[in-house]
Amino acid sequence: MQIPLVDYLVLGDEPHLRANECADCGARFFGRRNACARCGGREFISARVSGTGTLRTFSIVHRAAPTIPTPYVSAIVRTDDGTSVRSNLINVKPHPDQISLGMRVKLETYVAGTDEEGKEAVAFGYAPA
Amino acid sequence: MAQDIWVLGTHMTAFGRFSDQDAVDLAATAALGALDDGGVGISDMDILACGNLFQAASGMGQQVQKQIGQTGIPVYNVSNACATGATALRTVIMAIRASEADLGLVVGVEKMGKMGLLAGGARKEKNVYEPSGRYGAVMGIDGILGTDTMPGVFAQAGMEYANDNEGVGFEQFAKVAQKNHSHSTLNPLAQYRREFTLEEVMGSPMQSYPNTLLMCCPTGDGAAACVLVGEERFASLSREQQSRAVKISASVLTTDPYVESGQMQPDVNTLTRNAAAAAYEQAGVGPEDLSLVELHDCFATAELIHYDNLGLCEPGGAGDFIDRGAPWRTGKTPVNVSGGLISKGHPIGATGVANVYEVSTHLRGEAGERQVPGANVGLTHVIGLGSSCGIHILEKSGIG
Ligand SMILES: [Zn+2]
Repeated sequence: MQIPLVDYLVLGDEPHLRANECADCGARFFGRRNACARCGGREFISARVSGTGTLRTFSIVHRAAPTIPTPYVSAIVRTDDGTSVRSNLINVKPHPDQISLGMRVKLETYVAGTDEEGKEAVAFGYAPA
Repeated sequence: MAQDIWVLGTHMTAFGRFSDQDAVDLAATAALGALDDGGVGISDMDILACGNLFQAASGMGQQVQKQIGQTGIPVYNVSNACATGATALRTVIMAIRASEADLGLVVGVEKMGKMGLLAGGARKEKNVYEPSGRYGAVMGIDGILGTDTMPGVFAQAGMEYANDNEGVGFEQFAKVAQKNHSHSTLNPLAQYRREFTLEEVMGSPMQSYPNTLLMCCPTGDGAAACVLVGEERFASLSREQQSRAVKISASVLTTDPYVESGQMQPDVNTLTRNAAAAAYEQAGVGPEDLSLVELHDCFATAELIHYDNLGLCEPGGAGDFIDRGAPWRTGKTPVNVSGGLISKGHPIGATGVANVYEVSTHLRGEAGERQVPGANVGLTHVIGLGSSCGIHILEKSGIG
């Protein structure tokens, strides 16, 4: 059995992210809001977030808490429908020569861990497109 | 702005790691130093604001009173991330403006020791995955969905600027740290006082590209304090007190307004730009008038983007600004002549008060070897992630 790492990741044939989108102004939020942080609107619809985008910024993390494997590439991606998403840049060498700002990326999923009952936690990252 | 408010006295302890002094000792030293410097006593104070982050629930202000004088005045214990000190300062400013106080004491203190990384959770490998928290996460997400570590978050802020502007990269960020380490050699109160070459800065252990170890502020202990006075009481002070006093010509606190990317990456730019615009307006000065700036260089990447956010350089020109040496002590707009957070140190609650100490000391012409010649206007800036930005503009007394 597979479960998503976070509740805004939807698994299945076409894994994708879902955001709560303000019905008034279109601002998107991962996680619940009582009112829109942009316009104060109180109605939200569930919106599917584009799986492709560009690399907006990154850092190659060499120092982290002891149980976290390093180095890894932390990234902010701007999806093609204009939503910012934070995740790791995957399938790329963690070296500045291998990463260029503005590069095209696409969402991919992978198994990040397995619990005692055999449940697999599925995470997402962005790979060069 | 209602009545003018002045820094009458100010003091700071050295920053560093002091096993023989606790936070109360450090705060008391700074407080008494500021009172002595202003020629007043604790019994003259109408209000005390005490900024402290990591012991925020301990009644730090009342503990300081028990150490230096329990006069029964109101105490405000203030906690606002890295903007804690600036927020404490503003608490006293607001009280004086509201005519609830004539004289007030601000103390900022932190006892951190060697804490290492301040955020970024250890990944707990739960035995059975169950969704928890606001995002229904089944395990720790730091290191899987990007980074929570401060060097990484601020690295991303810097690289975003590099994405949008020409001539900014690893080397420009490293030059910022080279400058601040060099500046600190002239500051006897700095935690570190060692000069490094650009190659040494770039070659030190990588923390979070492009921030190497020498481009990150250390944790540490320290305290700073200011005595503030409103203009009515100021008029009755001695000529000597008046001539050494420093006028607070702007005091601003902002938070981060909504931006699209804000939920994923803290936006440290918009709230700084908003605070700077309001502060320049209040003070009636522009960035070109500043003799010196103490800004929030928690990481070298942060300092570089604030050149632009504070209007110290042409829009988009922060890379060129550092390349031509403009923010060095002898340059066009000296930035962080104290050594900055990177080398002077960053005991969090003290930082926003210590930068007022630094600028005031230059405006008084009492900064010794590191004195910026002819300093008459200075700006202090802090950012607390979450986020808050505090900016104060200070001016030389002008009373001879
Ligand atoms: Zn809205």
